Amino acid sequence: MNPPLLTTFQAKIYVTLRPSVLDPAGTAVRSGLEHMGYDNVDQVRIGKYVELSLSAESEAAAAEQLDRMCDQLLANPVIENYRFEISATH
Amino acid sequence: MKFGVIVFPGSNCDRDVAMVTRDLLEQPTRMVWHEERDLSDLDVVIVPGGFSYGDYLRCGAIARFSPAMQATLDHAQRGGMVLGICNGFQVLTEAGLLPGALVRNRDLNFICDRPTLRVERTDFPWTQGYSRNAVITLPIAHGEGCYYADADTLKSLEDQQQVVFRYCTPEGELADAANPNGSLNHIAGICNRQGNVLGMMPHPERASDAMLGNTDGLALFEGLLNAVQAVA
Repeated sequence: MNPPLLTTFQAKIYVTLRPSVLDPAGTAVRSGLEHMGYDNVDQVRIGKYVELSLSAESEAAAAEQLDRMCDQLLANPVIENYRFEISATH
Repeated sequence: MKFGVIVFPGSNCDRDVAMVTRDLLEQPTRMVWHEERDLSDLDVVIVPGGFSYGDYLRCGAIARFSPAMQATLDHAQRGGMVLGICNGFQVLTEAGLLPGALVRNRDLNFICDRPTLRVERTDFPWTQGYSRNAVITLPIAHGEGCYYADADTLKSLEDQQQVVFRYCTPEGELADAANPNGSLNHIAGICNRQGNVLGMMPHPERASDAMLGNTDGLALFEGLLNAVQAVA
């Protein structure tokens, strides 16, 4: 029996603070932008960006794994939201 | 009574804690390397301060998955006592043993200070050595100590009286100016509903030896000792 055919996927994961969580670092950066003359910036929110590559049988299987990775480690659901994009690499 | 102090790569308050439990309280104390899986010989597990696994990703996020923390979850489920101090508190929230999260301090700076705290509950083993509404001074040293929880969780914490320590003025009043890091509801330490898991940002182990000029933290360890010995 042949092993299942695995495809390598590239994932781009965006972790952002939930709207209810204050972001003092974002506020400080906004103030920096204001000092530069950008007084039209209302709000800055700073998040995290994670790239990873993984092999899986299908895009659906990869997405399911990524969901668990984000829920358990890459994001903290108490304070953060996440979303990701997946593409197959050739 | 046997204490265990978990040592992660990056822990730096582990020996301070052992100094209190082993040398001041004269209780058997064992350092637990993060790869250990069996904590069944311990009465109290202490998750110490520091920067576990470099605090990469988020404070305490990676430590949560260590074998010693999995064993700590079992220990807590069996009703065993668990104390998380500073980074240890962050680890306990990441592990889901305590609700909420610790986020970046309101003013973005790392705070090294000795704030005053009000003891909100004195019926727990941890705090039975303090008088009701006692105001004590304990050191803090953290960059991410701002307690956050969503409104429902916060309400539930208050309804169940799970807040054990709050930042306050020297007179015991709650005030924004006396809240060093912006913690919601001035929270400095909370416990789970059963009361056997306590997490706190202040460092009682740094205020236990009279030689260091402050012993306000010692009553926490002594109270714990009395409670566990009373049961035994």
